[in-house]
This record gives sequence, structure tokens and C-alpha cells, in this order.
Amino acid sequence: MSGPEEGRDPQSVGRFDVPQQVPAPDAEPARRNGHRPTAQAPPTPTEPPASITPPAPSAPRASTPTPTPTSTPADEVDAVLPGGTEPAVSDRPGDHWDRKVANGLAFLRRRLSGDYEVDEFGFDSELTDAVFHPLLRLLYRDWFRTEVSGVEHVPVDGPALVVGNHSGTVALDALILSAALHDKHPAHRYLRLLGADLVFRMPVVSELARKTGGTVACNPDAERLLGGGDLVGVFPEGFKGIGKLYADRYKLQRFGRGGFVSAALRTGTPIVPVAIVGGEEIYPMLADIKPLARLLKLPYFPVTPTFPLLGPLGMVPLPSKWLIEFCPPIPTAHLTDSADDPLVVFNLADQVRETIQQTLHRLLERRPDPFGP
Amino acid sequence: MTPGGTSGAPGVVVVTGVGRYLGAHVAARLAADPRIERVIGVDAPDSGTEFTDLLDRVERIRVDSGSLGGLLADLDVDAVVHLALVTSPDPQHGGRSAMKDQNVIGSMQMLAACQRAPRLRKLVVRSSTAAYGVSFRDPAVFTEETEPREVPRGGFGRDILDLEGYVRGFRRRRSDVTATVLRFAPFIGSTADTTLTRYFSQPFVPTVFGRDPRLQFLHFDDALEVLHRSIVEDHPGTYNVAGPGVLSLSQAIRRAGRVAVPVLEPGLSGAAALARTMGFGRYGLDQVDLFVHGRVVDTSRLEQEYGFTPRSTAEAFEDFIRAHHGGVVVTRGQLAAAEQLVLDGIRQVRSAVRERSS
Repeated sequence: MSGPEEGRDPQSVGRFDVPQQVPAPDAEPARRNGHRPTAQAPPTPTEPPASITPPAPSAPRASTPTPTPTSTPADEVDAVLPGGTEPAVSDRPGDHWDRKVANGLAFLRRRLSGDYEVDEFGFDSELTDAVFHPLLRLLYRDWFRTEVSGVEHVPVDGPALVVGNHSGTVALDALILSAALHDKHPAHRYLRLLGADLVFRMPVVSELARKTGGTVACNPDAERLLGGGDLVGVFPEGFKGIGKLYADRYKLQRFGRGGFVSAALRTGTPIVPVAIVGGEEIYPMLADIKPLARLLKLPYFPVTPTFPLLGPLGMVPLPSKWLIEFCPPIPTAHLTDSADDPLVVFNLADQVRETIQQTLHRLLERRPDPFGP
Repeated sequence: MTPGGTSGAPGVVVVTGVGRYLGAHVAARLAADPRIERVIGVDAPDSGTEFTDLLDRVERIRVDSGSLGGLLADLDVDAVVHLALVTSPDPQHGGRSAMKDQNVIGSMQMLAACQRAPRLRKLVVRSSTAAYGVSFRDPAVFTEETEPREVPRGGFGRDILDLEGYVRGFRRRRSDVTATVLRFAPFIGSTADTTLTRYFSQPFVPTVFGRDPRLQFLHFDDALEVLHRSIVEDHPGTYNVAGPGVLSLSQAIRRAGRVAVPVLEPGLSGAAALARTMGFGRYGLDQVDLFVHGRVVDTSRLEQEYGFTPRSTAEAFEDFIRAHHGGVVVTRGQLAAAEQLVLDGIRQVRSAVRERSS
């Protein structure tokens, strides 16, 4: 049985469990329960598997009832390793799939017995790592082919306010941004998103938002997160940004009252503008049925080429090409006293807005075809 | 003397609501403190005799709250601990109207009596984190300065808002009295018997569909400790009192080995309203709102001022689970055994397949 420490980080476990030193060809292979000796000559990792590996160990592997492979970090780690070690490892109970099954079961047990931690905002890092980020990873890496640049502008530790442009009818860009930032950033930081109160009004959605680290967009929460040294993500355009028509794509909307700026000023946190290209094309909004929106108490009711025409099928986002660029941080530590000065706040908000808008234009030139490779 | 205390302990202390669990325990604890000369327990004339053995060192006076004024002046009272609050309507004792009588009218008369007590130096009032109300625009963590955005639907929440309003008025009129308002998170522990502990004791626990509120609990013993310190030390102001840390409702139910039964929110509100009008059950809109929104408070002010940190929400809940293991549906041992069984099963199947095909 694998303990909770063992199951915590599949990546590190994966690295650790792979034999660091390859035994001599005639050495007795290490076995956990004396199950079945491996082939006489275990292959060295540098050699191609086909030439040396006897067919016997690889044949049962093909017929083993293993679960279908999924894309997980552990997979990547194994893929990096030379293929030669695979057969030697796989026919012991301590092999790759056994480890995966054991980790999965341990995870399930921890979830079912409530053995995990939730922070005061409701953020469940274990669930986010194990469930939400792998799903989002599929979406941003394989479906949207996202390219991320400028991650070095996001501080490795300490607070920062990441301010982005909002788009896409459904606020998918916020989730993609947080997952991509977590994967690409050297410190694997979580982006704590600030969401509109409509998100927290809806059952299920509100809990998904909280579990993935989101909270209500209000100054007390923003300042509390920043004061705790967290990375906070905010989209000041709000519904004006995601609910704009396709004709207005990549035109930044008004930045509201600049509440995000005063939160940053009060805590002396640097502001990192981020430009996201690709979100506008996933659900191109051709029209907005306002009476229906009013009836459903929504900010807008979108009509896209596929929705509501194709029904649930219209929920599938179009596979646009995404580019995300983080811009150099704007320091605010010297402006802490002017958090209530509307002039300073508006100027700073304008500066952030201009930076994002210009970066958007530059990125759009780099991406002539929205659905290109 | 612990840090924060400036003046000595008061001589004569009046504790209200000694006919109830919290009041009885606080009165007994104060009576056991040698620094306090006299502890007088005040309660309504029709209160039960549940805690008489606990209160043998407490002078008990049964009086209705209207005639409290003369009493406090006659007794030369130094300190008053006001704990006579009803958290949920009790159908056996008059339901919601009696609850409101007790919480609002009773507290008003209590404060009026305190105002006329010449020797009074200290007033400690039990409040609740329900004072923050519920709203979807609420910040995730309430500090003492957070103003409620919406008046709560539940009766207890509204009563608490009224009560705190009266205490503010009292503070203005009697600025010489050290007034302490303690906003308690829901009590839990091995012995406490509250609406919430009864809720978590059931094997199948109803929850609101699509909501997983963040909850905080306060261990009952820590509540006693804070109340005790508030009397023997001087801590003017309003304080959140809760166990640090957070448990989500689903997590708490799983830790307790119970099974959650999600119910649609309108159905639950309707059921709560129905239960109230039919006169059974003690779940009201207060509970429904708590289970939709959750409630988390910042306790750093308490920790600084009192130099005391209550045990964490998770520890307090653990203590509760240990005492209430009766209705457990799934235990940790069972889960671990099931995990081992499934793992062994998969290993056996895999090795069998491998043996056969090799």
C-alpha cells in the first residue's frame, strides 16, 4: 500500500522509482516479491530496445490489461527516459502502471476520507493538480496549441497582480491562463482568479471556481490574497470583455473603476499585464439576444455559428491558435500612499490597458491565421 | 496575569442563560475561579433543571427579563456575561416568536438593566459570526470591520444584527463599561449538543446541491476559555472567535464517515420553511444559508489581543468525530482495506495474465 507521501507528487515519484543505476547484464534484477526473473540480459537504457530486448518480456506487456494511457506528467517523465528501461521495469509489481494504479487508489481514498487541505478561500490544490489541470492541459496544449512567452516577467515568489484581456463568450481564457502559467512557470505558481459574483451565484460553477483557487472579485479578497504573497489574476473588462461581439474582437473594453489598481497600490504589488490572443475565436459571438438574456438573468445570450444551432455540440470551442504573452511588470511599491488618488489609479489603469492592447496587436501580426497550426 | 489584562478580576459576576448548555458551563467555570467572589446565574422562570448539579456553586435566580433592572443595581454587579441567546427556534418552547422574545427583547432589557447598574465595569456579550449576513458578493474571509451586505433571511442572523446594534448604543451611553462582543463560530466538540452537532451525527447528511460551503468551527472548551478570559481580563471591542483553518462541508462529512445527500436549494428552503410552520425540526433558513454560502472569519485580532489561539477547525471537528462515532457509515479503516483489496486484485489479475501469456 502506498502512503500519502508517496502518492502526493506523481512526477517526483516517477523520477524516484525509475532505477538510477542500471545493473550489470548478468546481475539479478531487483524484485519486490520474487515474482518472475527478467530476461537474462536486461537492456541498458542507452541501447535501442528492439535490438537487445528479448521478445519474452515485451510480449506479455502488450497483453497486460492495463488502463488506457492518458496524458499525465508522469507519462512525460517516462517518455523522456530511454525506451530500453521499459520492459525491464514493467514486469515487476513495482512497475509504472502498478504505481499509477496505487497512486490513483490512494488519491481516491484520500478524497473519500476527507484527508486533504482546503485553504480559507476554498482552494483545493490537490484536486486542482490531479483533476482540473490535466483536463485544462489537454485543452490548452492539444486543442488550442497555446504558445506562452514572457513567463520570466511573473515573479518566482511574492505577490503579483496579473491583469489580462477577457474574451470568448465563456470565460475559458481565465482557466487556460491559470493552467498554462502553472505549467510553464519555473516555480509552478497557482494563479488565484477573481471572478464576477455571477459565477458565485451559480451552483456547481461556484464550487468549481473556489476549488480551483478563485474567489469573488472584491478588494478585501484581492488584498488578502496579495498580502499572503499569492499570484492574483484579474480581468478588469469583466462581462463587457467576454460578451462583446466577434466584430469587436481584440478591442479592449473599458476597465471599470480600476479597483484592481487600488488593490495593487494598497499592497504595493507589481502589476503584470498579460495579452491573450485566441480566446476571441473559440465561440465567435455573432449576435446577442438581449430579451432572452434578460429573461434568464444573464449579462448576454450569445449566438455563435454553432450555438444554439447545434445544441450541446455548439458548446465545443473552435480550435483557434492561442498566444499568451506576459509583459514586464509595472512596479507600484512607490505609489502605496496614492491608492485613493483617482488620478493615479486611472493613469495606471490606462497604462496597463495600453500595454495589453499594443501587445495584442503585436501578437495578432504573429498569427495571421486564427486557426493556423 | 495573562497578557492583555490590566485590571483584576471582577467581584460579582452575573451570567444570563444558565439554564442552557453554554451558560451553565460558563457559570460553573467562573464559580471555580477563586479570583471571582460571587457568580450569580440568571435565568427565565420557566427554565428546566438540567444543569443543577453543574451549578451547585452558582447562586441561581429565576427572574423574567423585565425585572432585571432592579436586580443588577441591588446586587452591586461588577460584570455581566450575556449568553441567553436561542440559536434556532424550539417548537417545544414557543418556536420563533419565543426565540425572538428571548434574543431581541431579552437582550434589550438586559442592556437597559446594565445601563442603570452603577458599579458595572464589564459587559461580555455572546454574538455570532452570523452577524456578517450572507450575500454572494461577500468577501471570502470576514474581518471584524466587514459590514453585512444584505440582511440575512434567517431569524437568528437578524436577531444578531439587532443585538449588536443595541450593544453599539450601550457603548455610546456607558463608555466607562468595558464591552466585549464575541462573534462565535458554530460550537463543536465532544460534549456540545447544538443544531450543527446533531446535523453531523446523522448517518445521511442533507447538503445543498452544487454548493460546498467553507465552514469553521469552534471547540466548545475554547469558547469557555475565551469567555473566561474576557471576564477576568480587559478586552474591549469586537472579536471573531473561531478555530483557524477551514473545512469544506463535503470534507467534513467525509471525515466524519457520513454520506452526503445533495438536495436542490429551493427544495431545501421550502422544506425548512415547511418544517418550521409544521412545528418540527430545528433547521431554519439560517442553516440553509450557511450551507449555501459558508462562513469564514479572520481570527488574528483575537489571537493578538488574547494571546490565545483556539484549536483549529479540523482539530475541533476531529474531537467531535471521536465522540460521535456511532452513526459512521464508512470508516477510514474500511476505505484503506478496500483500497488494498482493489490494488491486490488488480495485481493478481495482471500477474495471472502475464503468467498465462508467457
